[in-house]
Amino acid sequence: MSSPSWPRCATDRRAMLGGLLALSLVRPAGATPEALAAAMREFTGGAAPLPGGVTLDIPPLVENGNAVPVGVEVESPMTEADHVRAIALFNERNPLPNVITARLGPWSGAARLSTRIRLATSQRLIAVAALSDGSYRMAEQQVVVTLAACIEG
Amino acid sequence: MVRTLLRVPATARSGEVIEIRTLIAHPMETGFRPGADGTVQPRDIIRRFTCRFNNREVFAAELHPAVAANPYLTFTLRVEESGILAFTWEGDNGFSQTETRPIAVA
Repeated sequence: MSSPSWPRCATDRRAMLGGLLALSLVRPAGATPEALAAAMREFTGGAAPLPGGVTLDIPPLVENGNAVPVGVEVESPMTEADHVRAIALFNERNPLPNVITARLGPWSGAARLSTRIRLATSQRLIAVAALSDGSYRMAEQQVVVTLAACIEG
Repeated sequence: MVRTLLRVPATARSGEVIEIRTLIAHPMETGFRPGADGTVQPRDIIRRFTCRFNNREVFAAELHPAVAANPYLTFTLRVEESGILAFTWEGDNGFSQTETRPIAVA
């Protein structure tokens, strides 16, 4: 074994560690609470949604963040005069704050939808419903994720 | 054409609120995830889902990368007359697929 090979080996190791560090740093940052607020403002047009009237159904403890079942139901008679125009779901710490935005109307019969979503980490989820009278309702739920989506692939 | 799974009742009473369940086989690549070679995989998601009943839009949804792979979506519809339900998924890379189901209303 020749001694000159030692420094190069050490450099390689340092370079690899540096590369790993860089890789962990360039991972896309999660959506911030500000991004969440901005996405909600875009949906509501600046109006502040009131809590109540919306049920956000999601397990509080999730093992696998790659496919988390979530349901949203809004109390509404769904008549021509009083119905839900749209339902939107937002998250706090995925790379992007939006999850899904659905448009419905009195012909829907009920304001209810469900889907499966990805969660990058433990975070808060917010469902906002747009009512036909121009007001907005919301519900939020904290979720703990043990195996995150996006990172493990 | 990719596989879809649709659960739509074949018959319904007039004025009944039916639940429609849809699923489509799609990777929903987020655009944030590194692949096996370490480079970030380009985004490939379904952007929009629409349901039309007798050519009238009755449900539409905008999907974002946070929707899980093989997007599953359920929603409701009040049916007053017989007709055809058409489901359309549109997404990145020119993805577009439409499936139809008849429904008989008594």
